[in-house]
Order: sequence, then structure tokens, then C-alpha cells
Amino acid sequence: MCMRNSLFVLSLTFAFGAGTAVAEMPGLGKPISEADIAVWNIEALPDGTGLPPGSGTAAQGAVVYSQKCAMCHGENGVKPAAGYVPLVAPPKFDRIDAPKTVTYYKYATTLFDVIRRSMPYQMPKTLTGDELYALSAYILSLNKIIGENDVMDAKTLPQVKMPNRDNFIIWAPDKI
Amino acid sequence: MAIRRGRKAPPLEPVAGNGLLDRRALLGRGIVFAGATTAGVGSVLTGAAAEPLKNDPWSLEMGSVVPPYQVPSRFEKDVVRSRSNPNNEFRNSHARTPHHLLQGTVTPNGLFFTISHSGLPDIDPAQHKLVIHGLVKQPLVYPVESLSRYPMVTRMHFVECAGNSAPMFSNEPVQATAQALHGLVSNAEWTGVPLSTLLEETGVDPKAKWLFGEGADSLSLHRSVPVKKALDDAMIALYQNGERIMPGNGYPMRLLLPGYQGNMNIKHVRRIKLIDQPAMSFYEAKTYSQILPDGKMWLFHFTMEVKSFITQPSFGHSLNGPGYYEISGIAYSGNGRISKVMVSADGGKSWAQAALQTPVLPKAFTRFRMPWRWDGQPVVLQSRAWDESGAVQPLRAEFVAARGQTDKPVTNPLGFPNQHYNSITSWGIDSSGGIKHVYA
Repeated sequence: MCMRNSLFVLSLTFAFGAGTAVAEMPGLGKPISEADIAVWNIEALPDGTGLPPGSGTAAQGAVVYSQKCAMCHGENGVKPAAGYVPLVAPPKFDRIDAPKTVTYYKYATTLFDVIRRSMPYQMPKTLTGDELYALSAYILSLNKIIGENDVMDAKTLPQVKMPNRDNFIIWAPDKI
Repeated sequence: MAIRRGRKAPPLEPVAGNGLLDRRALLGRGIVFAGATTAGVGSVLTGAAAEPLKNDPWSLEMGSVVPPYQVPSRFEKDVVRSRSNPNNEFRNSHARTPHHLLQGTVTPNGLFFTISHSGLPDIDPAQHKLVIHGLVKQPLVYPVESLSRYPMVTRMHFVECAGNSAPMFSNEPVQATAQALHGLVSNAEWTGVPLSTLLEETGVDPKAKWLFGEGADSLSLHRSVPVKKALDDAMIALYQNGERIMPGNGYPMRLLLPGYQGNMNIKHVRRIKLIDQPAMSFYEAKTYSQILPDGKMWLFHFTMEVKSFITQPSFGHSLNGPGYYEISGIAYSGNGRISKVMVSADGGKSWAQAALQTPVLPKAFTRFRMPWRWDGQPVVLQSRAWDESGAVQPLRAEFVAARGQTDKPVTNPLGFPNQHYNSITSWGIDSSGGIKHVYA
């Protein structure tokens, strides 16, 4: 325990100590520019930060969806493969075990982000910006959250008002 | 006998209903049954005389070659994780820890639970890198090897899936083992570099209230974490029980957030980004957001609340006649140390304090034990834990009133009818020694 405690104190000194302590750290992190992180830098935040260029409509999204998504998620977002929740469902969460789907999200950026980083499941991170906006438009339109002809892009997507957005409470604000 | 007399040990009378004995019986002096012979229990324990001893074959010949990496005896082949997706279909995979077959507090690495959402990535540690960027003074990249030169810490912590025990939201008790019900929590000794050390090197912009960790897996799974937690006790863990982290637990490095829901402890972590708002990732916006009975939903239910469950005896075991048994189980809390565990053998009518195996560590498994003399009548065994923050494991009635239960019985114990469940577990034992999962 003695050894462990002394190591712990040592690490605290490094973490929170004075400038001289910082100089004592290994300093083995290599500086990198944000430009060189770009390939990994793919998150879309709720306020739209991080959304890429491009745009798309539901009609364009339907074509991509049919080719790259329907085999698992079902034609038109209904009757998916076994084990999948339908992408289209009303925002009805009146039971503690109600299936959660796209209509559950507080922000539309969550939908865009998960498609961008994780889909299609067998070849993720291969969709173009236009395909991502088109797929988002298609799925939001199927759920009647946006109109059939609405164009989704970096400006319009964060402004989409999700039907369940006002029903969330933060469990313990003091922990944030 | 002389030693016992010298200590003037009190006779072991029950301290709570249905034969729970004083936990001090476990403090190194063995079990002495008061009036055991007159009650007839002694004769049950001794039973028929043992057979004459003989030499078995393994005592008469040289054994097998010593392997470079040893695995348990072939006779332990059933002590394995139960898997939800053994054919690696295009969906997530669960592998649950067999708590009802284990003892102590450390989960062996081969039995540590895994949830993988897209299979196990085959990561070359020579190529893996961790980048820290966003609202920092200087973005930095750390190869795996370089982190081994940083000051490390070693700490014992549990990791629990936020949906562990969720089958118990069922309105009727699911008949399943502690493995099926509670197998998505495990406990290990983790060694790594405090995240605060690395954030000191990058510098943190005061505007950064959150960061997210992101994995090198095919889904690039990411979760938002308050910077407050990152600077408290977060770690970039490199070792698990002394060896490199298992592939199913985050090889070659994971973000360890002691006491926080397992999904946030990003495996294969390759990117940490400091941000001014929560990312609202798929798993925090949907999967690990809990629906409440009043129609509201919780966001950011990070802390795994105080919980305990009895592992011995439990569903899947049977008792071999009346007599002495040790009741034993696991308690833990995301708030800190376990302060007390009470055990009942009469469905909660009376309780007795269990012995806690030391050392009792914060945000780690604590093994509790309770001596018990079963008289052969039906009993209901329960455990209930308290932690140092004052939090108490809720009774089922009060838990269900606050968090709800399903309208229909849950038929698949591997599914998550909802999220975090930390109420008590009850094992009903009938007069033949059979054990069922009951609500009491």
C-alpha cells in the first residue's frame, strides 16, 4: 500500500502541480494539427458543429436507403430483420419497455451522427455527405418529422424539432 | 475444545429468522452449533462414514506438459461466459460472467463480461494511437508504447453495463441464474495513466464542460463524459488484472470511468475530444436513456447505484439437506465504498448484518458472507447493501413504484426491458432444497 500511495501522490503532483511539475512530465504526446485529425473528426453535435458540406432530400434518400439499408432495417423503415427495431414508429413512450426509435431522439443530429460513424453496418464510414443528408431526410420524412420536400443540410438539420425533445430530464445536474 | 473454552465463545444462536447466525462466527474460530447434537443437525452433517482412501491414477504417473499460458482444469469447462451471439451475426454480442460459479472479488480476465456492438476489433498495438483534441491548448497524439512511460496507478474497480439486471423490471420473476440476471458486471484490478495527467499536457480550455471518448471499433462508438469526472478519477487503462486488457474489454486501452455505466468506459479508445456541449451520441440519446413510469425520460444517468445480490446459494444450485451453509454474494456502488450489507432468510421480515471481506474498496466488488443453519423449511434469501454516501439499495416495492415494471412478463432474460435496476434479488428455497427466483 505504501508504494501504491506514493505513486498516487506522485501522479497527483504531475496532474495538478505547479509549472515546474508539468515540465517533469514525460511529454511524449506528439503535437498534431486539427487538419491531420480530420478523418477521425466525424461527430455532429446538437448545435450543428461538425456537420459536413452537402445536402439531400427524402426522394434522394429513398434510393440510397433501398440499396444500402433496407436489407436490415426493412423497406420504408418497417418490418426490419429479426432483432431490429423499426426505424418508423410514433413517438409513443408510455411504457418503461416501449421500443425506442428515431422519434425518441432529442436532436436530429443524433440520427445523422450514428449513420455517419456506424452505418452501413458492414461498411461504415463510406457514405458521402450528400448521401448522409439524404438518408437523414428520408428517415425523418418517413416519421413525419419533416416534410417530403424539405432539404437537409448543415443549416436545416440542427433546426429540426424532434417530437420527444421536451420529455427529458437530467438525472443528476450536479454531476455535470 | 480447550481453546474454545479459553475464548469463552458465545454459543451460536440465530440472530435473525430462519437460521441466520452471527457473522462473528466467521472471524476465525470456526462454527460451533449450540445444541446441534440435540437438534439432530450434527448427525446430518457427519452422515455415513467415509470410504477407505486409495491412490488415484494421477497420483501414480507423471502429469501433462506445463503450458505457456494456463487455462482452468478441464473439469471446470462449464465455468464460462454465456453468449448471446455465438455466430457473430450482424448485431451486438453479450458474454455474461458466471457469478453463481465464482468466489472472491476479482473476476478472472477470461470470464470478465463483454458487450460488443460490432464484434472484436483485431487491433495492432504498434499502430494504435490516442489523440486528445478539441477545446485544448495543444492537440496531442499518444502511441500505446509512449503511455507506458507515464506515472501509472493501479486500482480495483467494477465495470457494470447500465442494463445489467434489467430483466428484473419484469412484472413476474424471470427464472434465471445470477449469471443471466446480473452477469453484465465484473471487477478487476486496472492499471493505467490518470486521464488528468494527459489533460494537463494538452491543457484544457475553460469552455470545455464535456469530452467524449471514441473507440477504434467499426462503429466508432462514442460517449460524452463531464470534464468534472475526467479530472476526478478517470484513467486510460492499459492492464487488467496485471496483463494487457483483453480484446473484449478494450485492448489495447480503454477509458475507465469508475462507477459510471459500462458503455461510457470506451473500449479501444482512440480519440478524446473536449467539447462545450454533450455530443448526444446514439447510446446516450437513446439506448442508455431510461423511460420512467410518468412518461419522462432520464438523460445522463451515469452512476451505477448501490447493489448487491447473493451468489451462493442461488438459482442453478440446490441445497443438499438441512445443516450449515455459508450465504455469500457481491455488493458494490458507483458512489464509493460499501458500508453495510444486511441479509434476510425470511423474505425481509428480519435482517442480520453480513461480514464484509476486507479490504473494502471504493467502486469495487465487496464480498459479503453470512453463516446460516438451514432447518429444511422453505426460506427466502435476500441481501441489501448500503454505501458510504448513505445510499441504500431499494426494496423492490419502492423501486418499482419509482422506476416502474413491465405490464407483461419478460420472456427473454437476455433482453433489456429498461435500463438501470438496483433493487434486491430474492431466492426462494423450497423444502427439497430447490431454488427459484422470487419477488418478496
